[in-house]
Amino acid sequence: MAVLTEEQTLLRDAAKAWLRAKSPVAALRKLRDSGNADGFDKAAWREICEMGWAGILIPEALGGSDLGYASLGLVLEETGRTLTASPLVASALAAASALLQGGSAAQQQAWLPKIASGEAIATLAVDETAHHAPERIALAAARKGDGWALTGRKLFVLDGGSADLVIVAARTSGRPGERNGVTLFLVPGNATGLTRHKLATVDSRGVADLEFADITVGKDAVLGPVDGGFDILEATLDRARAGLAAEMLGTATQAFEITLEYLKTRTQFGQLIGAFQALQHRAAKMFTEIELARSCVEAALAAIDSRANDVPALASLAKAKAGDALHLLSNEFVQMHGGIGMTDAHDAGLYLKRARAAEAAFGGSSYHRDRYARLAGY
Amino acid sequence: MAELDAFRAETRAWLDANCPPSMRTPMPEDEIAWGGRNAKFKNPDSKLWLDRMAARGWTAPTWPKQYGGGGLTRPEAKVLEEELRRIKARPALYSFGLWMLGPVLLEYANDQQKAEHLPKIVRGEIRWCQGYSEPGAGSDLASLRTRAEDKGDHFLINGQKVWTSYADQADWIFCLVRTDTTKKHEGISFVLFDMKWPGVEARPIKLISGSSPFCETFFTDVQVPKANLVGKLNGGWDIAKRLLQYERQNISSSGFGSLGGGAGLELEDIARKYVGEENGRIADADLRSRIAAHRMEAKAFALTVRRVEQEAKAGGGVGPAASILKYMAAKINQERCELMVEAMGNRALGWEGEGFSKGELQATRAWLRSKGNSIEGGTSEINLNVVAKRVLGLQDHQ
Ligand SMILES: Cc1cc2nc3c(=O)[nH]c(=O)nc-3n(C[C@H](O)[C@H](O)[C@H](O)COP(=O)(O)OP(=O)(O)OC[C@H]3O[C@@H](n4cnc5c(N)ncnc54)[C@H](O)[C@@H]3O)c2cc1C
Repeated sequence: MAVLTEEQTLLRDAAKAWLRAKSPVAALRKLRDSGNADGFDKAAWREICEMGWAGILIPEALGGSDLGYASLGLVLEETGRTLTASPLVASALAAASALLQGGSAAQQQAWLPKIASGEAIATLAVDETAHHAPERIALAAARKGDGWALTGRKLFVLDGGSADLVIVAARTSGRPGERNGVTLFLVPGNATGLTRHKLATVDSRGVADLEFADITVGKDAVLGPVDGGFDILEATLDRARAGLAAEMLGTATQAFEITLEYLKTRTQFGQLIGAFQALQHRAAKMFTEIELARSCVEAALAAIDSRANDVPALASLAKAKAGDALHLLSNEFVQMHGGIGMTDAHDAGLYLKRARAAEAAFGGSSYHRDRYARLAGY
Repeated sequence: MAELDAFRAETRAWLDANCPPSMRTPMPEDEIAWGGRNAKFKNPDSKLWLDRMAARGWTAPTWPKQYGGGGLTRPEAKVLEEELRRIKARPALYSFGLWMLGPVLLEYANDQQKAEHLPKIVRGEIRWCQGYSEPGAGSDLASLRTRAEDKGDHFLINGQKVWTSYADQADWIFCLVRTDTTKKHEGISFVLFDMKWPGVEARPIKLISGSSPFCETFFTDVQVPKANLVGKLNGGWDIAKRLLQYERQNISSSGFGSLGGGAGLELEDIARKYVGEENGRIADADLRSRIAAHRMEAKAFALTVRRVEQEAKAGGGVGPAASILKYMAAKINQERCELMVEAMGNRALGWEGEGFSKGELQATRAWLRSKGNSIEGGTSEINLNVVAKRVLGLQDHQ
């Protein structure tokens, strides 16, 4: 665990206490069973915003606390432990990062205070196929009068069904596969021509497919330079990846702790199952993987906060290593519990489902291994 | 040889005439014929196919004719199997009775028990469930506590089983009970009884995949006539183990993957479709290499299954290698499902409703269900322990 400031310790402890009391795993179960199509609990989200978590990245002048990515990571790690579904990742992490990376003063003033207070939920819409592929953006934005018209589809947009603001990566020139020609646009969630299809997914988070039918926006809707939005998009995605990796680390850690506890309580053959060396070594290996992932997550978040130049490689490293650790842990969680781990009444399945959804978001391990190599030039 | 050729020609002709065309297509999960008193046949051809096969005893090809079986020799049964595979015929009957109970009844039951139960299994009239695991006795099955008290002409059964697959739909149960509390393995007996008898209650448990194939099963003062004891009193453990061998053998030879979702597509086709191609190769080189590794392992597994079967045929009996195969069958199916989910990306992360195709939703459920493969029928850890101890002769550290 990184050395925390007093402020960070307080923040983490407060998050832990609140989540345990107000948003335990049972809350996600309830959300799922109630058929909530938003994918989050509005009352809980209000409280989260009152505690200031949605403004952790946002400057004080714009209503936030400007505590930085490492601090947001601490909170996300705790929400990962309890599988709390809230717009923190989409709005307070991803969309806020985009506005901070590329937004004009006017754009920041218009949206960041609302994101911090929770008055508005924002999200980032990038992918257009089943897989994360920011390089392949095709959704077309054409000049129309003084502004632009957007046509195309964005798939699996996190909190896309409830977002008041959608930050859309569109193609203003060039072809899919090219970095040049990508432009980011701010599109209001209620824009005419925007159709949203809420999806029911395994982990019950709010995900939606968005269809853009000739949506007209003004030139003030462009975030960053026309045709030159890819750098902002990548910087934004790296921040989202590192933050999501922190959440995944929390999910993996919690899965580990519950499993470890089971090894210390379940008896078969007249002894605790944790006494079997076959399981002991696997537990020790899981511990190793989690410790490695923690180092990567903390390094990526610290690099972002200190504006280091190795953020891209560290973000890919963190996302891949946290993904690998969580993949392993989510499988072992079920396996080491035996039959009971296969039941819906047990939490292991919820962790497994969240694990695969988080692994896929903003690129899976395979994507990030490839990117890690590309960044290093091999 | 000529005789076998004649048998093949005859079989082929019969199958051509009698296997309905719809029974030669991939089987959706809701068209599986499980038989039983309350058998449901979504597709009427399933019933026709079952009845025709059962009339020849071909649902249990090698069982004696006397008990409704096909009375085929091993080589003949192999020919039948090949001919069924050739036309891609669906299994006429899925049945714990065929896969597990029947073989041990043939070995351990008395004539009366065989005559009563085997023909009904062959015809799919009675559906069986397996009452082994208990809350406190899973891997350590022999610590089971469901009690059967001797009441003269009958046993009085009290206790609880858990993870009992399809107990809510089964007609009868083969059940391990404790008849001597002073011993562990030597205090277990193997009994058969009707799930409708007073005192039996099955409560479905939902799985992580959303379906409820298994139950908690409670017994309160269930009266079971002593005639329903199979084998010797307190001699049930040997039968129980034998049955587990058949269970694992069956899993090994049929694998777990028959209902794997993905709309009948192979893994590489799914990857092509969802990830894309570059110069005819799956575009993601890392995924491609892992798919190839998986396909090679699956091939190695299939070859091993074949070799083990051939060796068993030459030497007779089920060897300890069956344990290796069950472990591998689970591993392979789980890896296949994981690769499928990875290849399908977000398309494999749907739960229900619009936005996902039926095949995609099936793949998701199949992936979740596959997590049980390394638990059901004995966990992979226990399988590997058995291999280490019995096959490799490594010392038990306990
Ligand atoms: C889908 C499904 C269907 C099933 N159907 C049936 C059925 O029809 N009838 C029936 O009777 N049962 C059924 N079972 C139950 C199954 O046989 C048991 O779940 C299994 O034997 C494990 O027992 P358990 O759940 O009590 O786990 P435990 O025995 O408590 O095991 C917990 C963990 O400890 C490990 N472990 C235990 N002992 C050792 C050891 N010595 N060395 C190393 N690791 C060890 C296990 O491998 C596992 O990972 C089914 C299970 C599933 C998942």
